Amino acid sequence: MTRERWIKSILAVLAVLLMLAGGLPLARHRHAQVPVVAGPGVTNVIKLSEFLPALRGTMADTNVYVLEGQEPGGKVLVMANTHANEPAGLLAALIMIENAVVEKGTLYMIPEFNASAGRNTKPGDGYPLYFDIPTEWGHKRFRMGNRDASPLEQWPDPDVYIHYPDRQSLSFNDVRNTNRTWPGRPDGPRMEQVTFAAMELMRKNKVNIAIDMHGAETMFPVTNCIVAPIKSSKIATLVSMTVKAMEGFDNHVEPSPQNFRGLSHREIGDFSDTLPFLLEAPIPFLDQPTGPKTTQLLLDGKDAFLLSLSKKKKLFVPYDENGWPMEKRVGQHCSVTLEILKQYSKKNPETAVRVRGVPKYADLVKNGVGHYFHDPSKAEKKSVFYE
Amino acid sequence: MGVIMLLYYVITAFIAGLLLWNFACEKKSVNDMILYLLVLIPLVLRLLSVK
Repeated sequence: MTRERWIKSILAVLAVLLMLAGGLPLARHRHAQVPVVAGPGVTNVIKLSEFLPALRGTMADTNVYVLEGQEPGGKVLVMANTHANEPAGLLAALIMIENAVVEKGTLYMIPEFNASAGRNTKPGDGYPLYFDIPTEWGHKRFRMGNRDASPLEQWPDPDVYIHYPDRQSLSFNDVRNTNRTWPGRPDGPRMEQVTFAAMELMRKNKVNIAIDMHGAETMFPVTNCIVAPIKSSKIATLVSMTVKAMEGFDNHVEPSPQNFRGLSHREIGDFSDTLPFLLEAPIPFLDQPTGPKTTQLLLDGKDAFLLSLSKKKKLFVPYDENGWPMEKRVGQHCSVTLEILKQYSKKNPETAVRVRGVPKYADLVKNGVGHYFHDPSKAEKKSVFYE
Repeated sequence: MGVIMLLYYVITAFIAGLLLWNFACEKKSVNDMILYLLVLIPLVLRLLSVK
């Protein structure tokens, strides 16, 4: 063999090894499954593609857990992982699926709303691929996703995303952001199809309330809050005051801007009779000036740089040596969701929704998030689903 | 998969083919050989639906 062929062979082998070392963890992450034990309240599990067949068989299709009460009442859609790098919403939604019992009305739960983003990664920012939540029966592993859907589902991005139907110019990558593609269209890009299917779910089932659970940076003003359009603002204000008075945590109300299009709290209200609410819990992990993006930072929210910035009053939330741990964020989502249902039910007794079994803020801070997850290896096979 | 996305996959496969061809034809410059292979990696990962 000539010298040139030797060199080429060695380089080719090195390139293949590099490809395997980089590609295999990403391929495993994309296909990793998270088991979910459907709790006593789950009466049916359907696919979002039932509302738009074009999604069937794609990575953008996702589970919809239906929790129907004995007594007819109002209908509520709860979405999480619209942004799959804000996992407090996902954990809160899974806690509800595994523990909630609906006495009156119906809950539709979509824990992985942007299912493609939940299988996308952000290696350029050093995101971990997974994070583990300790439970009484071991660690439960979750995929850490990205803000936007994977280009594997929707490629290429346009130079500028022209929102449908308002034609507002948005950032190019917002075409893969399911909190910019509302209300969507059946023949649009894949993420517009996802939001369109959810709109169809709400319109066909006459859903009264939609709750979209997120996380936001501590340096971003729209954090630790409920974002609501005018039609939802009365309930949002009552919820904000009640959780402050009764449960001791802040969650102010932010008005949904009328001229910023594509967001769930804007378009759901404008294109259906549903009352939308978007919940933001602080997530220090997403702030730019932090140390390494480790799973520890994701879980406890403790960072020396943010602490220093807090002392200079540069943050929009209270921040001290205790950070902003996951159980506080998940607890806020659970409590605010329950309070929205309570306040709505008071004002609309004919379409009231009554739910029990969901832990509140104080329970989660005391017991931790993992306490509310059930061991899938000990559950009946028919009640284990995969996300 | 839409027509435009399919075309992007075709373009990716074409460029990957060109890079492999250039790698095979390169006789002297080791730097260029390495360069062709490094540029090839993300294209192969995309064609394999990995990233």
